[in-house]
Amino acid sequence: MASAAERLAVSDQTRRNWLLAAPALILLLLGAAGPLLVVVAYSFLKPGEFSGVTWEFTFDAWIGVFLQQDIFDETWGLADAHLAIFWRSAKLSVLTTVMTFVIGFPMAWFIATRPANKRAIWLFLVTIPFWTNLLIRTFAILEVIRNQGVINSALIGLGLIDEPIQMLYTDAAVLFGMTYVYLPLMVLPLYAAIDRFDFRLAEAAFDLYASRWKMMRRVVLPIVRPGIVAGSILVFVPSLGAYVTPRVLGGGKNMMIGNFIELQFGQGRNWPLGAALSMLLLIVVLGALLLYVRVSSDRAGERHG
Amino acid sequence: MQRQAAVEARGARKVYGSGPAAVAALERVSLEIAEGEFFTLLGPSGCGKTTLLRLIAGFETPTEGQILIGGADVTADPPNRRPVNTVFQSYALFPHLTVAENVGFGLDMLDKPKAEVRATVAEMLALVKLEAMASRRPTQLSGGQQQRVALARALAPRPKLLLLDEPLSALDLKLRKEMQSELKRLQRETGITFVFVTHDQEEALTMSDRVAVMSGGSIQQVGAPREIYNRPVNRFVADFIGETNFLQGALEEGGFRLASGALVTLSDDARGGRPSGAAATLAIRPEQVRLGAGGEAGLPATVSETVYFGTDTHVHARLADGAEVVVRLQSPPSGEIGLSPGAAVTLRLPAEAVQVLDD
Ligand SMILES: Nc1ncnc2c1ncn2[C@@H]1O[C@H](COP(=O)(O)OP(=O)(O)OP(=O)(O)O)[C@@H](O)[C@H]1O
Ligand SMILES: [Mg+2]
Repeated sequence: MASAAERLAVSDQTRRNWLLAAPALILLLLGAAGPLLVVVAYSFLKPGEFSGVTWEFTFDAWIGVFLQQDIFDETWGLADAHLAIFWRSAKLSVLTTVMTFVIGFPMAWFIATRPANKRAIWLFLVTIPFWTNLLIRTFAILEVIRNQGVINSALIGLGLIDEPIQMLYTDAAVLFGMTYVYLPLMVLPLYAAIDRFDFRLAEAAFDLYASRWKMMRRVVLPIVRPGIVAGSILVFVPSLGAYVTPRVLGGGKNMMIGNFIELQFGQGRNWPLGAALSMLLLIVVLGALLLYVRVSSDRAGERHG
Repeated sequence: MQRQAAVEARGARKVYGSGPAAVAALERVSLEIAEGEFFTLLGPSGCGKTTLLRLIAGFETPTEGQILIGGADVTADPPNRRPVNTVFQSYALFPHLTVAENVGFGLDMLDKPKAEVRATVAEMLALVKLEAMASRRPTQLSGGQQQRVALARALAPRPKLLLLDEPLSALDLKLRKEMQSELKRLQRETGITFVFVTHDQEEALTMSDRVAVMSGGSIQQVGAPREIYNRPVNRFVADFIGETNFLQGALEEGGFRLASGALVTLSDDARGGRPSGAAATLAIRPEQVRLGAGGEAGLPATVSETVYFGTDTHVHARLADGAEVVVRLQSPPSGEIGLSPGAAVTLRLPAEAVQVLDD
């Protein structure tokens, strides 16, 4: 039992620690929570005449996210355009996550099964794209797939096609670009998980009549699941809010949420709608993260309890 | 006619790596293990026991030679196509599956009907007395329990051959003794051929039908425990299994002339038709040497030390030329053998207990 004096000393200590941490906490609050609160506030205001907001409380922006009023008969309907953009964003993000997994898993497996002294160089190669500005990388892809780009020129030069294939400004182009950009975010956590995997378990499965495929599915995948979940979150979350890649490779019409939000603050001149959309995005992302925490603590529970 | 060999190695050789870094782990090993046999590979660390086991299981392909299981050449077959299961030294239990799911894994992979899997799992858990643990995870078990799960998992698909790589080395002495008799019981009850790896000679001698003593990647001797112990074919085996006195000398017409000058009579069996004049080593187990009072007929010697071991007492005696012979005596009730260093004694080496080993 701690004596009263000791307890007092401890709480004193705690108070002093809080005081020491206060400047950092205040900065954090102002830096992170402040802007967020501004966004929350804006989402409940009316748009200003040219830009900005007028200070008048309303749910219009939030309603506008989901519903729209017909200009002629004034009936309410679903905001098809918004939902389509949400749908495309979600679809492209899920597809990006799946693609990075499909490509990233064999890569991570390959690296983790190299001799220990060769792994560092492979990991280094995987992270190289990170060293270049995102915009430059994206323009590099544009250069490869545009109508007068490397692929089309080569195919035409070889006489395989007469007309360039339209690859740029398609959903496929956005998917391709995002997969390329986010691949390392999938490979690294997968590698970390596979690296910890005890390969004697694979031998045991093999010994117990598992085919390679069944060994993967029944032993490896369940055990490296935390890595898969972490990689998926790391890819899915930024994909959902991606701005540069869909803008450059998708052009003006294949918008994702990020571009649509930017539009509201720019040409759209509807800051409250942009703010409401941002909040919605944040909520979806938080939901995904909570799911991750649930899934990973479930696993910890399995292991200990 | 001999029974069909459960497993056969024909000139199996294994070299790891290539070029200057190549390690020859196994040197052209030929071996036949009969069906239903409890066969043990015994040898010091690094002698190639695990390598031979991995060749049989299919985790490694031999650099040369063949592996046959039940008469069929399986050299090119992967592990999942061999009727062989392994109890790994590390157990390698699946941490994400329950005990029951671990045990049922092999049958599951063979696409056996669910009901059959459930029945076999229950049967196997009963066999290793772990019914109460069926829904636990491996990490919630003690070392001995994990070991039994590994055993049940390997036995569940009813393999023709069970390979066990030092399965008991992680257990404490008491549990180890318990598991030794349990393994023997399981082997008797299932009739499955066991190939058991250990570097513990006592374990090998007490459990096995036959033992192969290995050293430096080759098999030195194969035989029943008694044969290995009483008729070691070379100095390595004699030294590795139990304790042995080695005495230098040469063969003569009437027997074996020790360096100290004394002549030891040999049985025809021990002499093995070796010509006179050949230099050789005489070997005799400490418990076979007879100890008499000084001045009796035999080899005169001086006690240099006595060591008390509880049931036994070891008497170290020095011959005239300085060669040391250890004699093992049962400790008398008083615990005092009554010999102090410097005492004169006589050693007799009974002809039927003496071995001759080529140098
Ligand atoms: N994968 C490998 N690569 C290179 N050399 C190896 C490999 N596996 C084993 N060796 C070498 O081959 C030899 C035999 O190894 P093995 O594992 O068969 O010995 P062991 O008899 O099982 O020893 P222990 O009792 O210590 O388990 C050793 O010298 C070892 O260093
Ligand atoms: Mg070994």
